[in-house]
Amino acid sequence: MTRELPEERIGVLLRVLRPAPIGWVRAAQELPAARQVFDEIVERAEADAAFRAALVADLERALAAEGYEPDRRVLGEIRARLADD
Amino acid sequence: MTAHSSFTDAELVRACRAGEPDAWNELVERYSRYVYAIATRGFRLSDEDAEDVFQDVFTRIYTRLDALRDDSALRPWIAQLTRRRCLDAIAARREIPAEDVLGENESTDLAEVEEAFEVREALTTLSDNCQDILDRFFTRDQSYKTIGDELDLPSGTIASRIARCLGRLRETLEGRNMVDRGSRE
Repeated sequence: MTRELPEERIGVLLRVLRPAPIGWVRAAQELPAARQVFDEIVERAEADAAFRAALVADLERALAAEGYEPDRRVLGEIRARLADD
Repeated sequence: MTAHSSFTDAELVRACRAGEPDAWNELVERYSRYVYAIATRGFRLSDEDAEDVFQDVFTRIYTRLDALRDDSALRPWIAQLTRRRCLDAIAARREIPAEDVLGENESTDLAEVEEAFEVREALTTLSDNCQDILDRFFTRDQSYKTIGDELDLPSGTIASRIARCLGRLRETLEGRNMVDRGSRE
């Protein structure tokens, strides 16, 4: 930025960067924890054929039975990962 | 304010890679408004598409941080990731290739988002009180009365305090300009 800004313009620019919805920010901040759950599930599925079969048959139910509650993004990734294997 | 709030982008990237607690939270905090503004102001995405882009961008940042070659180039990298995902979202809605969308939807508001980020960075150098009151008034649209009630201040002093903080922000920006100009001369 190389020019002088009148205060009215600074006010306009301050209004441009409004806060993102708090739920979106929290979900993004919880990514490391969600990734850890994702990695654990995938590792278990690779080592345990019965667990993997249960995941393929009904992913959400199998995860709920194990006490996992991943969000829809992680569910999508697990589905994709199981389909790749 | 956290210990990582004062970190440069490069320091923050290194802290995230090292798994330091709160570093990732600070990165999301620092860039959440930016990603949100690109998606909603720059590309005018719907809330639904903007949320998908927002989460996907932060997932990519988190999973690909090791691939960032220049740690100080975090902001342009995030901007590029966000723009690309916005174009993908628009293309998916219209069922056309993303490259066909390029240029058509990038509005002049994107340039304004970049300018706004500079102002926001300058804002973070002011006192906590100034940051708080300017943020409440300009980005959260709080009235003098609401601000006064929440900060336990007479509403009559809010306007003068906002004006004083805005003046400090302008001085900070002008000081940065002087440094920028000086470094180029």
